[in-house]
Amino acid sequence: MIPAEFEYVAPSTVEEAVQALDRAGDDAKVLAGGQSLLPVLRMRMADPGLVVDLGGIPEARGVREDGDTLVIGAMTSHHEVMRSELVRGHAELVALATRTVADPQVRHRGTFGGSLAHADPAGDLPAPVLAMDAEMVVAGPSGRRTVPAAEFFVDYFTTALDSNEVLVEVRIPKYTGWRAHYEKFNRVAQAWSVVGVAATVLVRDGAVARARVGLTNMGATPVRAHGVERALVGSPPTEEAFRRAAVHATEGTQAGSDASAEADYREHLAEVLTGRALATACG
Amino acid sequence: MPRITVDVDGITCTDEVQPRTLLVQYLRDQLGKVGTVVGCDTSNCGACTVHMDGHSVKSCSVLAVQADGHEVTTVEALSQDGRLHPMQQAFHDNHALQCGFCTPGMIMQALDLLAENPEPDDEQIREGLEGNLCRCTGYQNIVRAVREASQRMRAGAGPAMEHSGETPAPRTSTEQTAQQRVAGGQS
Repeated sequence: MIPAEFEYVAPSTVEEAVQALDRAGDDAKVLAGGQSLLPVLRMRMADPGLVVDLGGIPEARGVREDGDTLVIGAMTSHHEVMRSELVRGHAELVALATRTVADPQVRHRGTFGGSLAHADPAGDLPAPVLAMDAEMVVAGPSGRRTVPAAEFFVDYFTTALDSNEVLVEVRIPKYTGWRAHYEKFNRVAQAWSVVGVAATVLVRDGAVARARVGLTNMGATPVRAHGVERALVGSPPTEEAFRRAAVHATEGTQAGSDASAEADYREHLAEVLTGRALATACG
Repeated sequence: MPRITVDVDGITCTDEVQPRTLLVQYLRDQLGKVGTVVGCDTSNCGACTVHMDGHSVKSCSVLAVQADGHEVTTVEALSQDGRLHPMQQAFHDNHALQCGFCTPGMIMQALDLLAENPEPDDEQIREGLEGNLCRCTGYQNIVRAVREASQRMRAGAGPAMEHSGETPAPRTSTEQTAQQRVAGGQS
C-alpha cells in the first residue's frame, strides 16, 4: 500500500510550521521521524490533506543543558538520545527506555518528540517523561507555552497539543547520580510493551532518599506510581523493600484488555516488573 | 511535484516525485534499483533496509522527499567488479539464506551493526538484527555469517567499507532521467 495523495511542506522554522498547520485546520498531520505516521498513512488509517515535515528545523534537534535542566529537542532521534552523554549523565532513565524502542532502523529515524506527541499507550517514552516531571515546550500561533507532562498526556493517542501546535522541546530536571532502569515486558523482539515500568531512584546513606516510578500501558495514558514512590522513600534498597513497595504499583491504574493481555494479567505484570525495575536500578 | 536530489550509491540523482512516494518506491520504480525489496508493508520485516547518511533505515518508512539532499546506499553498491562484499561473501559461505528475500535488508543492517560495534558477540548480533525478520528460520546461519564477516572485516567495517578505496569514481551522468536509468539497468 502507498499513502493517499497529500500536499507536503518542509518549513525551516518552528513558526513557519505553526503557520502551515494553522492554515490547514484539522486537515494536516505533523511528520517528525515518520516511524508511526508513515505506516498509518500507508495503511490509509489517516488521510491528511497536508503533511508538515519538521525535519528541516534545526532548532528542534539536539540535546543541551540549561542550568539544572536538560533540554531535549523534539526532533532528536532515538539513536541520538540514547548515545547522548548529557542524557546518560542527567536522565539515564530516558536513555535506557529509548534503547528498548522498536529496532535500530526505527531508532535512527524515530524522534523523541514524535513518540511523545503520538502518545501511544504502549510507547516507552511517555512513562519516563511523566515520572521525571518533565515539561513540554509547545509552540502555537500565539507563541510558546509550557505544559507539565502530567497534563500533556490526555487520552489514547491524544495530548494537550492543539492541531495548530507543535512540540518543540522537552525540559527535564537533571537527575544526576540517580540510578535507573526501564523494565519492559513484550512477547517478541521489536514488539510494543505489554507493560513497562520506568524507575529512577536516588540512594543516599544506605536508604532510598527519592524515587520516581512511571508505568507504560496500564491505562490510556502513562501512570505515575505515587504509592510505590511513597512506600520506597526512607527504606533501605533491599529486595524486601522493593517487593513491599511494588504492591502499590496498580493504584490508580486502569489497565485495558487486548490481544496482548487481559487487564488482570497486566496488573500482575505491573507489580512484578516494578519489583524488577527497582532491583535492577539499585543492583 | 517536488524535485529532489539524492545521492544513491555514489550517483547524484535529480527527479520529480510525488510527496507520497516512499523511498523504496523511488529506488525501485524510478531508479530501477530493485536490489532493495518490499517485504511486509508494516515496517516490521526490515527487508527494505538501506543506509541513509550512513545509518540503516527502513526505506518503506521514509518518504522520498525526506531523502532530498541526503546520501542513500543500497545493497547494490556493495559488490565491486563482480567481487562480493565480505558481508555478502560471508552470507554465501555460511548458507545464511534460503529463499533470500530478507537478505538485502539483513546485509545492510548487519553492516550498520558492525559500524556501531565491530566485534559483536552472538547476543549483540541478534539484538542488532531485531528489526529484520527471516521466515525461513535461517537466523542461526545469519548470526554465524555476521560473526564471520566481523572477523574478516575488522577495521573499516560498515559504511566506511562502502566508501573504501575500492569504490569506483562516481559515474558522471548525474542528470540522466529515471527512464534512462531503468532502461540502462545500471548496477
